[in-house]
Amino acid sequence: MWVNHRLLLPVFLLMLVMFVTCVALSTQAGKEIMDKTSAADLKFADGLGAWEQVYSVLTSPRCINCHTATTYPQQGDDRHRHFANVIRGPAGKGVPGLNCVSCHQSENADSTGVPGGPNWHLAPLSMRWQDTNDRPLSSGVVCRALVDRSRNNGLNAPGLLKHHEEEPLVLWAWNPGRRPDGTMRTLPPLTHAEFVAATRTWVDAGTPCPSAK
Amino acid sequence: MATFQLNVNGQSKQVNVDPSTPLLWVLREELKMTGTKYGCGISACGACTVHVDGIATRSCVVPVSLIGDRAIVTIEGIGQDPIGHAVQEAWIEKDVVQCGYCQSGQIMSAVALLKAKAKPTDTNIEESMGGNLCRCATYVRIREAIKSAAGQI
Repeated sequence: MWVNHRLLLPVFLLMLVMFVTCVALSTQAGKEIMDKTSAADLKFADGLGAWEQVYSVLTSPRCINCHTATTYPQQGDDRHRHFANVIRGPAGKGVPGLNCVSCHQSENADSTGVPGGPNWHLAPLSMRWQDTNDRPLSSGVVCRALVDRSRNNGLNAPGLLKHHEEEPLVLWAWNPGRRPDGTMRTLPPLTHAEFVAATRTWVDAGTPCPSAK
Repeated sequence: MATFQLNVNGQSKQVNVDPSTPLLWVLREELKMTGTKYGCGISACGACTVHVDGIATRSCVVPVSLIGDRAIVTIEGIGQDPIGHAVQEAWIEKDVVQCGYCQSGQIMSAVALLKAKAKPTDTNIEESMGGNLCRCATYVRIREAIKSAAGQI
């Protein structure tokens, strides 16, 4: 019995050390997991914030006027229906006799106030960013449409970034030319560099979309 | 001022004009081809329509500097084209013209339609001709003439 009592203290101390070590290790592991979770949350939040910046450009008149849900394009900062009975046509390029390129040439015509760019046309209906009453769709709806490869011409996330970086009609939004009265058309709310940077942040975060409708 | 070499109705034409000059005024003032009409000057009425590489184009809003080497066909040359000739014949047959001011543009758009769609429906005609205004309201006769021309092609 005496021997047993003499062993009791070391055994107890050993168990205490082991317990403290386990607690310390588990706390460290938990901290690492928490840190990783926080970093992921932060990246996700950054991505969502960047998306809202992207959305602010997509729904600006220079972009959304050709992303309609109707049979016609829009024009102007008030996004009114395109004049002269212009219609979408089967391929988004108007109809024979009244094509987009009947007026819109490969570059802006500042002397006559007609905007232009390569292959001027409407976005497909799958990329509509408005409802049929010409109201912009919500941020979440546009986001989910944009990342849906069955609707976005098969673009993956890097493809979307490249589209925003290089597509001539996207670039036109930052060089929209002069109105017929000689004044400059308004620009999107971000510079092109800011737009691309926001798109990159959104893509790097995994193209998160707002969960709201 | 700058010099431009234009292909108009199959002929090479040289003009020396301000690059921002609309094609319409180059045709009318420089080349004295007055069949193409000035209507609104903002591409809203279609009176100035010509073909540029086969595309019906509103010449009042297209600066000559953006034409390049593309082929221009005007009302003066469209009769050389079989479809253009058929349309002009149909226009006479149906006695389409009232005052006539818009009719060169109407014919150019009608030819563009028939080249793309040999047997257009009423909807096709309404859509394609929707950018060509006629203050004499000859729209019914225009539709009949397009259908008549389609039957001859």
